[in-house]
Amino acid sequence: MSRLTVRKTYKLYIGGAFPRSESGRTFPVTDSEGAFVANVARASRKDVRDAVVAASKASAGWAARTGYNRGQILYRAAEMLEARRSEFGADVDAAIDRWVFYAGWADKYAQVVGATNPVSGPYLNLSTPEPTGVVGVFAPTGSPLLGLVSVVAPVITTGNTCVVVATDPVAAITLAEVLATSDLPGGVVNVLTGDAAELGSWLAAHEEVRGIDLTGASPEQAAEWEGLAAGTLKRVRRPDPAEDWAADPALSRLTTFTETKTVWHPVGI
Amino acid sequence: MTFEYAPAPESRNVVALKNSYGLFINGEFTDGSGVFKTVNPADEEVLAEVAEAGAADVDRAVSAARTAFEQVWGPMPGRERGKYLFRIARILQERAREFAVLESLDNGKPIRETRDIDLPLVAAHFFYYAGWADKLSYAGLGAARPLGVAGQVIPWNFPLLMLAWKIAPALATGNTVVLKPAETTPLSALLFAEVCQQAELPPGVVNIVTGAGETGRALVAHPGIDKVAFTGSTDVGREIAKAVAGSSKRLTLELGGKAANIVFDDAPVDQAVEGIVDGIFFNQGHVCCAGSRLLVQESVADEVLAALRRRMATLRVGDPLDKNTDVGAINSSAQLTKIQELAAAGEEEGAERWSPPCELPDRGYWFVPTLFTGVSQAHRIAREEIFGPVLSVLTFRTPAEAVEKANNTPYGLSAGIWTEKGSRILWMAEKLRAGVVWANTFNQFDPASPFGGYKESGYGREGGRHGLEAYVR
Repeated sequence: MSRLTVRKTYKLYIGGAFPRSESGRTFPVTDSEGAFVANVARASRKDVRDAVVAASKASAGWAARTGYNRGQILYRAAEMLEARRSEFGADVDAAIDRWVFYAGWADKYAQVVGATNPVSGPYLNLSTPEPTGVVGVFAPTGSPLLGLVSVVAPVITTGNTCVVVATDPVAAITLAEVLATSDLPGGVVNVLTGDAAELGSWLAAHEEVRGIDLTGASPEQAAEWEGLAAGTLKRVRRPDPAEDWAADPALSRLTTFTETKTVWHPVGI
Repeated sequence: MTFEYAPAPESRNVVALKNSYGLFINGEFTDGSGVFKTVNPADEEVLAEVAEAGAADVDRAVSAARTAFEQVWGPMPGRERGKYLFRIARILQERAREFAVLESLDNGKPIRETRDIDLPLVAAHFFYYAGWADKLSYAGLGAARPLGVAGQVIPWNFPLLMLAWKIAPALATGNTVVLKPAETTPLSALLFAEVCQQAELPPGVVNIVTGAGETGRALVAHPGIDKVAFTGSTDVGREIAKAVAGSSKRLTLELGGKAANIVFDDAPVDQAVEGIVDGIFFNQGHVCCAGSRLLVQESVADEVLAALRRRMATLRVGDPLDKNTDVGAINSSAQLTKIQELAAAGEEEGAERWSPPCELPDRGYWFVPTLFTGVSQAHRIAREEIFGPVLSVLTFRTPAEAVEKANNTPYGLSAGIWTEKGSRILWMAEKLRAGVVWANTFNQFDPASPFGGYKESGYGREGGRHGLEAYVR
């Protein structure tokens, strides 16, 4: 008699834990042949709020880490993903390499986009990029893992925390398990599965969310959510349908959710 | 001991005011759809009539800018564009005194500031960005192609300086512009149009449409622009962000602030007091990055406040054209009403109000430099941007409390730190959520230094290499 498989329960990933949706709702997911895979959690408005609270709590600690330390943790995520590569689809190798790519950025982007500014007076004047805070991310459709990693990794590389609305729940929650075992502090990445159309407006309007990445939104959703984001003047990244996940990422993936801080001090004796 | 000052007025003769001014579209002055008057806020005299741009005028301006972008300015090599900007910088230096007087007349700010701060910074801004025009491929911004036509809306507090902050980087990167100055301060922008003519700038590269909110809305909503740049209030910024949502227009916003100026017990008191005064009374407090909340460490609060009151008593409020004047006129009666209302709210909510004895002119819009002590974080005068010469004083005990209070605002434009301890400066600078942090100084500006906010103070940076980013793709 063949052995019966132990199936996995797919839940949300909030604050480093895997809770069910507070709404108790699920939706069935099938594989490419139509066979049942799991009843996946369908996140609600309340789950969005809980995820934002978790991301907010994690924000100060993660932002205060050194770039070197964040890079080490991102690299650890690549190691963990490599170890579980058989659980993912064809884009897993590129996704692992993307984690490695951003791991290396963590202690370098400030040198690329920061500056000592030559002001015309006796002052030291320094500009440095700082994290924006909590970022809401709408993961792209059509690239379940590589696309997801490509939008999440740059946001946390620069010290932000995020709430991600995933499109492929199986890949997203499996990635969340990778992150949960990779030294990433709980709450830095929070993953919601469900219906983006239902969750988007709550995330876009939430006061504690300081930026939104609309990569995975449809043009109509993007317009509506950008309008809601304007209420608290969030930083917005609009979708670019031509974005090629296989290509080298644009620097703006790192800089969209950073704030340039300029510090002045007089020079004198 | 009191010093008596004889009046030392700057001559108005350097400015030839016209009775009426037109819109500047496609290199020429033209009529608008109506007219409005601009007054000298120091005496309420009408300075001139100015054309009001309606939707059709805005449309003409955008078309002119589009044609200039496609046929002349966009294709022009960067080194040639740069030379036009160098020309403009030089002409602004040559005509600096004329601009300084005109700006003081129309805005109400002291001639000492327009002459020594606004105009030198304006010329420097054009000179700085002129040099970028042929170096964009070295700027680390990718292909750095221009966006097209930029619609720019600026406020009344630094009329010509805000024009420079908007126009210089836009032109250097190959964009053309339609700029709307504030309705209470249109004159220096219209004189700048003459500078464009003297520089032989190709027609349509710079267009100036004067008017109030309706004109601004028509510009921002115009489908023919590729970029909106706005400096002004957070409420209008929100409105613009909503209007632009769902379009392909790029947007940068420089909005309000409620900056904390933080004085520690080891700060040199006299220097700190100068910084506090400069932080809130510079430009009548009409400064988005003004240090409008003084956070003073409890152990030195009495000493600092006593010195501050002594210093405030020496501020000279009055004729903006008098070279001895420190604090000029409030820009408009509407702004004066707003300041009066918020100051009244401060008293009603229980804060203690103090102003030095001060004689104000009979005519014009004036508000005496004012200090509120006993302010709590819940008071309106601690939360809302007053945009006037009103300082709210709060105290703190520990650096952590100072950070907590400083960051307890939806704004995040600037902050000040006064302490002799280097490691504390750096620790504070790291923790403060603000785009510009001045340590042992305040209200310093430079074309090479990026300026802009965190949170609801807006997004994007103006100045420096960072300032190019808003105008390229």
